[in-house]
Amino acid sequence: MATAEASSNISKVQVRRYKPEEYAEHNYLNVAKGLWSWLTSVDHKRIGILYLVTTTFFFLVGGVMALLLRIELWTPAQTFVDANTYNQLFTLHGAIMIFLFLVPSVPAVLGNFILPIQVGAKDMALPRLNLFSYYLYAIGSLIAVYSILHGGIDTGWTFYTPYSSQTGGAVTSLVFGVFVVGFSSILTAVNIIATIHKLRAPGITWSKLSLFGWSLYATSIIIILATPVLAITLLLLTMERIFGIGIFDPALGGDPILFQHFFWFYSHPAVYIMIVPGFGIVSEIVSTFTRKVIFGYWAIAISSLAIAFIGFLVWGHHMFVSGQASLASMVFSFLSFLVGIPTGIKIFNWLATMHRGSISLRTPLLYILGFLFLFTIGGFTGIALATLALDVHVHDTYYVVAHFHFVMVGGMVMAFMGGLHYWWPKMFGRMYNQAVAKIGCLLIFLGFNLTFMPQFIMGIQGMPRRYFNYIDQFQGLHQISTIGAFVLGIGFIIAIANFIMAIYKGKKAGANPWGSRALEWQIPSPVPPHNFDHIPVIIHGPYDYHQPMADFQLGLATNGHAPAHGAEISAEKQETEE
Amino acid sequence: MANHSTTTPAHLLHHYVDSDQQFDAAKLGMWIFIVTETLMFGGLFGAYIVYRVLYPELFTLASEELDTIMGSINTVVLIGSSLTVALAIKSAQVNNKRNIIINLAITLALACVFMIIKYFEYTHKFELGIFPGVYYEYGGIDHPQAHIFFSIYYMMTGLHGIHITIGIGLMIWLLVKASKNEFHSGYYTPVEIVGLYWHLVDIIWIFLFPLFYLID
Amino acid sequence: MEIFRIINDFILPPAKSTVAADHDFLFWFVHLASFLLTFGIIVSLIYFLIKYRRKSEDDVTPVITHNNKLEVTWSVIPLIMALITFGWGFQTFLKQTTPPDDAYEISLTAQMWMWQFQYENGARSAGELHVPANRPIKLVMSSRDVIHSFFVPDFRIKQDIVPNRYTIAWFNAIEPGESIIFCTEYCGAGHSDMLGKVIVHEPEEFEEWLAANAGGGGEKPSDLPPAEWGAQLAQENACMTCHSADGSQTVGPTWQGLFESNVTLTDGSTVTADENYLRESILEPNAKTVAGFPPVMPTYQGQLNDEQIDAIIEYIKTLK
Repeated sequence: MATAEASSNISKVQVRRYKPEEYAEHNYLNVAKGLWSWLTSVDHKRIGILYLVTTTFFFLVGGVMALLLRIELWTPAQTFVDANTYNQLFTLHGAIMIFLFLVPSVPAVLGNFILPIQVGAKDMALPRLNLFSYYLYAIGSLIAVYSILHGGIDTGWTFYTPYSSQTGGAVTSLVFGVFVVGFSSILTAVNIIATIHKLRAPGITWSKLSLFGWSLYATSIIIILATPVLAITLLLLTMERIFGIGIFDPALGGDPILFQHFFWFYSHPAVYIMIVPGFGIVSEIVSTFTRKVIFGYWAIAISSLAIAFIGFLVWGHHMFVSGQASLASMVFSFLSFLVGIPTGIKIFNWLATMHRGSISLRTPLLYILGFLFLFTIGGFTGIALATLALDVHVHDTYYVVAHFHFVMVGGMVMAFMGGLHYWWPKMFGRMYNQAVAKIGCLLIFLGFNLTFMPQFIMGIQGMPRRYFNYIDQFQGLHQISTIGAFVLGIGFIIAIANFIMAIYKGKKAGANPWGSRALEWQIPSPVPPHNFDHIPVIIHGPYDYHQPMADFQLGLATNGHAPAHGAEISAEKQETEE
Repeated sequence: MANHSTTTPAHLLHHYVDSDQQFDAAKLGMWIFIVTETLMFGGLFGAYIVYRVLYPELFTLASEELDTIMGSINTVVLIGSSLTVALAIKSAQVNNKRNIIINLAITLALACVFMIIKYFEYTHKFELGIFPGVYYEYGGIDHPQAHIFFSIYYMMTGLHGIHITIGIGLMIWLLVKASKNEFHSGYYTPVEIVGLYWHLVDIIWIFLFPLFYLID
Repeated sequence: MEIFRIINDFILPPAKSTVAADHDFLFWFVHLASFLLTFGIIVSLIYFLIKYRRKSEDDVTPVITHNNKLEVTWSVIPLIMALITFGWGFQTFLKQTTPPDDAYEISLTAQMWMWQFQYENGARSAGELHVPANRPIKLVMSSRDVIHSFFVPDFRIKQDIVPNRYTIAWFNAIEPGESIIFCTEYCGAGHSDMLGKVIVHEPEEFEEWLAANAGGGGEKPSDLPPAEWGAQLAQENACMTCHSADGSQTVGPTWQGLFESNVTLTDGSTVTADENYLRESILEPNAKTVAGFPPVMPTYQGQLNDEQIDAIIEYIKTLK
């Protein structure tokens, strides 16, 4: 790629390679003790772990709610809760899973922990802002918990007006909690963009940035542009409830459909906020476990940005039957088809990476195979939903519910679980039990299919979503789905228990258990307090499996001045220290 | 500004190579935040456009209730404060510590003037019975949806007012830091980014003013 | 064709409108094409897993960074397929949503949690939509409270019903029979009970039904005792969606044994459910809510006249 002119911009450096100790005496876990040291730390790794604990807690809360919903649906009429409780449960299941788990999990947990190491930095660009954003998240989620305990909310996570401006319960406080959590993700996104722009180590050019970094970059752009619109929408809804300002209330001259436009202007891109970081994880894992150069690096990187961009122009596909003009529906349908293309390109690229690779079927890759299968189905059913005529029939039925869960759980959660299994040894320095991890993965995969495949069929047959009672013909499929939900739940419990066991009982993992070329694997596990003793110089990209392993050890520039951050460099002379 | 000395300055955080990198990162962060803010107000501008298209005659009628003179004074006040905050940054760059404080103090004073004028505007409307939403009880505008105009007016100027109030807090914080001599030509990042924020707040007002006060 | 119909009915609801066949054809095209592509991806995935599994730690993998021809191919072919599907979908959508000019108009009012239909000659029905077969029907729909959505799976149509504006839906039922109506936009506690029925008649039969119900039914039919008329009204006005007559507790308190009983309210006080209390609860439902039930009942002010309210109270009296 480098032309003659460009090559003159490459600084030549002499590199001294050194190998840090396999087990550093100090790491971020033991550098300070006590709960207070965790709650006040601005270390990106500790903040990542704080997020991990909190989001996992909300994942379990949302999961228990899902199981309660599934139990209630065992019989067509009331099983054990009343309609009002059921409506609150599905609202909270959706709101908690989306706003408190899916949106923050990958960027705030893995992004915080891994991204600075992958770009060769000692921390995120704005560490105090990072801690502040965690506390915003904590405050927002506490407000949400308060709302659950004081009245509950029965609007559905979409808060459609005018129902949401009339119904009782704690809608105002929940909406305010979501508003605060939104600012937390905005600040995380600010931090991610600043880190990627300003803190890349010498040698990490844009073409050597990890694909996980690229995906977080695209995600952050979406967060920056979409989340404030959600914030203002929720603020308007709050004012609607407090003052009756009438913007969304037809009785006061307002327009309820305007709320849907506002809401989906955020919430459709939000779907990409949730899934795009997952794409990044998939790229990392596929390359590591096939020991092969990633196929179509630029195609994968740019397609994330393309999804981020087109994703902003498709919100109206949630409103095909809302009464919007046919012309608008046509445009939104067309653009929705377009957004499918870059997604398809990614899947083909991952497949092509596996072709002629050296594939090792470890647990992280197992999750990614699950991802590829489930996400492909989620994607194709998305195409069906983008098709105007088909959407009319299955809109707001279980087909949509199943599609959404295939993309979110089958896509994002599978990728997140894969990422956790991949980076766990780096985070805690210990390896989990492989056999148990594989059993967990298998149960999650089977349980998931058992839960949601029947929901596609129910949806096609006309079973509407958010139904407390249903007509008898659907009972069999509902019962299969409920059984599947419990298998899925057991799978998650096994996986989480296995993780916790690994911290206390796991074998020491070593710095690089997977034989990866990526930068985070070249430093000790668990990670030292400041990641790197010196900012390293980077010669090869994270997927250059054709270069010798020795070239990926940490390197120092030894000839005079250090090159600028993010500059392109090549090794003039290398020596390796024993 | 570049700092290549071997001793680490007090303001430099451990993970930065030098002050330039730290300054750039903070400034970029602020610019991104400004984009977010723009989109947030963008949502309200969207609502404004929708209702202006729906009820064009309402906007012409209701706009006459707003006090153009007070609005104009506020516009001048804010533009002036943008100038002084820029001068504060300039003073920091040339290491004139006394002028940093003077300019920040003027900015703070102008921000307070803005809020005081706003207070008089709001209370005058409340006296007339122009409250937001269902509490609206003014009979002087012959339009069934008059409350919608004022709901949008209160939302937009209110949110803008909250931003000014936050700005006042930030100015006080800067003044405390400046009086402790923390800013100099090698480090004035907080002045710079608060300055950026202040320009944003100013620019938003420059859009709000004609959209509400100058309709005919 | 028969075999196609059997397969179709196995997955999809029976196709009972003129647009259903168009929809189903497209449905199968999209889903079969998707299935083939997914199948291809999964098979090549499994093939790679077996063929290229790691043989030793020293495996050398080739350097293939990209392949323009291949990448253009797998971008352009899906794009073309997507465009075909888009165009086809839009065309069918227009058929689904554009009523023919000669369509027979019926107006539909939705509210929590009932459907009310009004016909050209003033006939009214609640919960049951009566239509003739083989004639395009156009529904002009509006809502009294929140957003609802009119969905008939057998007809493959769905349309949201929004307060303060009219939306339309249309269909042409191909044969006499019954089809279920669902509400598919979440509208509160009784959302899942907001069901209805489309009853498709032979054209002559429909005319007879229409003639028999002309006038709307605001006055008591002379041949009915008040309590029986009340039972009919309770059914038509969807009272029975939330209030059972057999003692089971659903969204609202049951009517069995309600009259003259002592009722505990949410504020802890007790009232006797006499005529006045029942009347007040119909007109101002949330003034005195029974403890343990959410305050979700819509008012029937302006929808039921005094005579009708009396009849419903008479009916409640009979439920001992």
